[in-house]
Amino acid sequence: MQYETVIGLEVHVQLHTRSKMFCGCPADYQAAEPNTRTCPVCLGLPGALPVINRRAVEYTVLTGLALNCRIPEFTKFDRKNYPYPDLMKGYQISQYDLPLALDGFLEIDGDTQLGLGRRRIGVERVHLEEDVAKLQHFPGEGYSLVDVNRSGVPLMEVVSKPDMRSAEEARQYLTLLHSIVQYLGVSTGNMQDGNFRCDANVSIRPVGSQILGTRTEVKNMNSFRAVYQALEYEVVRQREVIEDGGAVVQETRGWIEEREVTVSQRSKEYAHDYRYFPEPDLPPLRIGPERVAELAAELPEFAPQRSARFQADLALSGYDADLLAGSRSMANYFETTLTLAATAKEVANWMLGDLARLLNQDHREIDASPVTPQRLADLLALVADGTLSTSLAKTVLEEMYATGGEPADIVREQGLGQISDTGAIEAAVAEAIAANPKAVADYISGKDTAARFLMGQVMRLTKGQAQPELALRLVQEGLELQKTRGSLEP
Amino acid sequence: MGSSTEHSAYGPTRNPWALDRIPGGSSGGAAAAVAAGQAPASIGTDTGGSIRQPAALCGVVGLKPTYGRVSRYGLLAFASSLDQIGPLTWTVADAAAVLQVLAGPDPRDATASTEPPPDLSRLFPGNVRGTRIGVPRVALADGVDPEVLDAFGAALAMLSDRGAEVCDVDLPHMQYAVPVYYLVAPAEASSNLARYDGVRYGHRAKLDGAAAGVSEMYARTRSEGFGAEVKRRIMLGTYALSAGYYDAYYVHAQRVRSLIRNDFDRAFAAVDAVAMPTTPTPAFRIGERIDDPLAMYLGDVFTVSANLTGLPAISLPAGLTQARLPIGFQLVGRPFDEATLLRIGDALERDAPWSDERPPAFA
Repeated sequence: MQYETVIGLEVHVQLHTRSKMFCGCPADYQAAEPNTRTCPVCLGLPGALPVINRRAVEYTVLTGLALNCRIPEFTKFDRKNYPYPDLMKGYQISQYDLPLALDGFLEIDGDTQLGLGRRRIGVERVHLEEDVAKLQHFPGEGYSLVDVNRSGVPLMEVVSKPDMRSAEEARQYLTLLHSIVQYLGVSTGNMQDGNFRCDANVSIRPVGSQILGTRTEVKNMNSFRAVYQALEYEVVRQREVIEDGGAVVQETRGWIEEREVTVSQRSKEYAHDYRYFPEPDLPPLRIGPERVAELAAELPEFAPQRSARFQADLALSGYDADLLAGSRSMANYFETTLTLAATAKEVANWMLGDLARLLNQDHREIDASPVTPQRLADLLALVADGTLSTSLAKTVLEEMYATGGEPADIVREQGLGQISDTGAIEAAVAEAIAANPKAVADYISGKDTAARFLMGQVMRLTKGQAQPELALRLVQEGLELQKTRGSLEP
Repeated sequence: MGSSTEHSAYGPTRNPWALDRIPGGSSGGAAAAVAAGQAPASIGTDTGGSIRQPAALCGVVGLKPTYGRVSRYGLLAFASSLDQIGPLTWTVADAAAVLQVLAGPDPRDATASTEPPPDLSRLFPGNVRGTRIGVPRVALADGVDPEVLDAFGAALAMLSDRGAEVCDVDLPHMQYAVPVYYLVAPAEASSNLARYDGVRYGHRAKLDGAAAGVSEMYARTRSEGFGAEVKRRIMLGTYALSAGYYDAYYVHAQRVRSLIRNDFDRAFAAVDAVAMPTTPTPAFRIGERIDDPLAMYLGDVFTVSANLTGLPAISLPAGLTQARLPIGFQLVGRPFDEATLLRIGDALERDAPWSDERPPAFA
């Protein structure tokens, strides 16, 4: 019996706004001491009222537009009622039946191993809600701790249709969604920090069947790799259950990273009645077509399109183009440097080579680079006009990164300018020839490579600053002179 | 909660006019304090009549502003779409002065109007010449105390003498106001009161043994911490919102709520204010209705419409019964038109023979 996998993903994206969803508390809670980013509203104190964060709504609409969704003119918030110690008010303000965005899609390449090509994965809806507080449990100690910093942080939920057919397709969808929210700047999208959380709904059915099988919900996947592995595992597990004559139980299962298995967490038979009703403390929102058009105009060119453009217009390789287009800040840095008069191939090489190495060592993002596009362009100009050799330029780049200095200043301060003064080099050539009689003899007897050896000596003597081509020419001239002299000797 | 201020954890509050009677509720204490001369003004909240009804039973002025006129930030929420804060005072001019201070935009309340309130000091002395007052006669047919009806008629006659035009208006859906209110208000309350769970503040039940978990803590804390009337409303509200009943009860009630508002909007094409008694009866005795919550709820018949529609409403003293118990006269106005209500109220108050009456025990 051949089975087909059916996967839907629910992704919670923490929005990168300055304030929380319904109050003015700073939304950046990650590094803060517990319970220092709170106020009566996000604490849910008696008498507190929510007020809508406009930017969070805009970010959600932008994401909906990027996912090809319809933005309805009328939308509202609803209360989702349930009791739990991490839920301050005893209800979460969310969206139930009239979300901000509906009926979109993402195009993935498809799982070619299954014979599936490029196609659309449906996005059911994108809605906005508030995050809950963080609980820390101490089993056996008799208490748990509540950190309210995260309570009220804006959370955008993207719900896909159950259109993915394998862990690979889920990976493609997630990667693309991740790239989009980063590109939009609506989220840092860091799974490890909890900014980008993925839950999956998985079921299998006989190939050709139109009826959906019983699904399980898989949670606690904290990296893209974990999502892939968990989905692969769960599909196999469900198939084994069925082939053993059993039936898949509708339940929530958690991915256990250390054991690489999913484990049943609770049965979903008793589903909580959330008693959704429209949030009476917040007016409904009317987002007119003009406002939607304004926001649509803010959409950037996303990674796939940008990479394609780099390949077509700038003749970059697919590999390089994908890397440069990979993040919005990388791509912007690249294009800015290009406007400051440098060639695409050069900039690409430096950005993906030495600059990337320096940034990675520090775990820095490119927008924190001390080497600005202007400075990189200036450095490349110094190479182009012969002031610096490529290898010297690398040294200068390291200095620029360490000090944030201008390339021209560094070259001047350290006397690193390429020596193109013939006289200066000739002195070094004479010294090299005098110090290496064997090499001279080799050259005279026909070994042309000896010239290169002597050129290397000249470079060493000039601390690498001699202009290489000039040095080689002068060495050759010097050697030729030796030859003729030699032949003139009686 | 409740219409009698008998259920408080501090014990019942007494009506200054007759100490064996209720002052009304739920802002019974606020009304009693002003009536007894203990304070020149007080502030109450009105969700279904909780300012106006005690004002009527205690013989003082009680004003529920338009929903959104006064910020609700800082107010312990009961029913979020109905609650409004307002003044209880001896005179209409005092009510205007207090409202002037309370009213205004607040960025912390998304339901508060962003328009600043008008200057209410220029309304007085109130002139009612040409002001049109509508009376929903059908609504007054059943269950209203004859003395209350007489006082109501007398007040209308007085206004008419001063030049007001009194006519009939039709509010056909007003008969559904109480059932609609007792679905919508408890539903919202059941959600608003969920935060009182013993986790962060307030009472937390003492649990025996380490075996007890969060669910037991919640159940015991809330059983101990909430009074009978509150529990009743939480249960009603949870039921009305629950799966399978939400559409039939909560949604349906909200739809009828719109119909009630439409009735008033149509009436305001012909009149400037709608007049009704504030309560069907004067103050009853303490303990008389405590075992009959339904009878208690039915007493809200004239007040809940203003909350459901969000319209401003004022209760004005309209004399005393034979037994020297106060009776209230109520006016409901257009959205954000407290000015008209205050103007008419002042006209009524100016020459009314009862305006100098004081509770005998506190004169």
